[in-house]
Amino acid sequence: MKNKALAIPHIVWSIVFIVVPLCFVLYFAFTADDGSFTLSWFLEAGRFAGVFARSLKLALIATVICLVVGYPMAYIISRTSWITQKTLIMLIMLPMWMNFLLRTYAWMTLLEKNGIINNILEALGIFNLLGITEPLKMINTEGAIIIGMVYNFLPFMIIPLYNIMVKIDNSLIEASRDLGCNGFNVFRRVLLPLSVPGIINGITMVFVPAASTFVISQKLGGAKNMLIGDLIDIYFMGGEPNFHIGSVLSLILMLIILICMAFMKQSDEEVML
Amino acid sequence: MKKAFSKVYLSIVYLFLYLPILILIVFSFNESKSKSHFTGFSLRWYEVLFEDELIMSSLMNTLLLAAISSVIATVIGTMAAIGIYSLGKKSRAVVMSVTNLPMVNPEVVTGISLMLLFVFVSSVIGISQGFYSVLIAHITFNLPYVILNVLPKLYQVNANLFEAALDLGCTKKQAFFKVILPEIMPGVFSGFLMAVTLSLDDFIISYFTSGSDFQTLPVTIYSMLRKQVPPSLNALSTLLFVAVLVILLISNISAIRKEKAERKK
Repeated sequence: MKNKALAIPHIVWSIVFIVVPLCFVLYFAFTADDGSFTLSWFLEAGRFAGVFARSLKLALIATVICLVVGYPMAYIISRTSWITQKTLIMLIMLPMWMNFLLRTYAWMTLLEKNGIINNILEALGIFNLLGITEPLKMINTEGAIIIGMVYNFLPFMIIPLYNIMVKIDNSLIEASRDLGCNGFNVFRRVLLPLSVPGIINGITMVFVPAASTFVISQKLGGAKNMLIGDLIDIYFMGGEPNFHIGSVLSLILMLIILICMAFMKQSDEEVML
Repeated sequence: MKKAFSKVYLSIVYLFLYLPILILIVFSFNESKSKSHFTGFSLRWYEVLFEDELIMSSLMNTLLLAAISSVIATVIGTMAAIGIYSLGKKSRAVVMSVTNLPMVNPEVVTGISLMLLFVFVSSVIGISQGFYSVLIAHITFNLPYVILNVLPKLYQVNANLFEAALDLGCTKKQAFFKVILPEIMPGVFSGFLMAVTLSLDDFIISYFTSGSDFQTLPVTIYSMLRKQVPPSLNALSTLLFVAVLVILLISNISAIRKEKAERKK
């Protein structure tokens, strides 16, 4: 049943549509308009260091929140009966299957100045109570971006965590209790080490799309809180495109993500040893 | 006490996940244009939705694209899995790391890199971006998922089966289609399903590769979000939510039945 030749169409496809396009990115990043070699685009991209920092900061905060919220979720679900498990996991996946544009749109209507949250607070008389005269400014803030990221990507944290936790035998937990572990030590010495692969999977599945998003920041963060994704979007699809700067930004984003992933993979292997 | 805490915690998180969607659904039935004041029940936004030609045509585009791209990705990917399975350790590692690139790379980067290729192609031979470019992009990001679903199944197949089929007089072709393919079919099928859903759901890569003449449903939704959003988008969200719910319920009920039957054995 072995036949190496069957891989040829795929290899050709991968070279033409994965490797060659990435070479285009490299080419545009290192050349001027006339095709001569230059590093000036990197210098120009340097002024966006703040945007990079903001992207990584917000993605990191969102990832930590997803982990802290998602970990107990995955654990609780994994200890229920299997029919309950199936149902609960289905309910986690359902919003995940709705397009993320619609999930982001849902939060736009909630956080708007005349949105539902402000209306409810006003109707309940909370504004009067606290002496607030204007509706709360929630949309177009960094907080709104974080909410959007957590809302969109929480299922991507819970599913891999759950997948690893169902495999953890209950008798291991009982044994550690019998041997004198308290709740915290069961978590630290048994549960946590066994769930590391799930944690790493979850972190990558949340961090990568969060750090490179442009829809969430554009719709919930406004023009003031731009992220790397927004800049890439502007330089490729905006009114005055500049593929050179766009390519430099994409290249840096890609490198940051690949380095983070390599780092995560290594720490995974260290724990496994 | 602990059980009660677990229940409260689960409820809060599920509320967080579902309340925004629920509100979208409620306001799809609103009589007025407002998305924060409910003035009365009406189905007018559903009428508006079905009369919107752009939405309907981009829905057709999306379905067509998902069908074609997933079939092609499944065929190339299944072949590739067998090829990769046959390769030596070193060349396998090289092929796999290129294969995995679209999965580890941020989607924006995959999107713009393909866009650069298509812009170049259109400047050389004059074929502008459109259906073909999005199709190629979708096949490209679907391929690794098909391969990763089929490959483990191949390792589970007993290699002697193939030999046995040959000994019993099968040609190589027959042995593959009658013996090996049925064995790896579950992997092929789940890879295909994954390709369909990823293709239906994709926005970022389609956005960068579609050009101005061809729109998928997510790309259309994105352009709707740029202006004053019409409540017909709420109606669309509701219908999509119901569609996903029905599909998940059917697949889950059949999975539970199957498992129950197996447990009885």
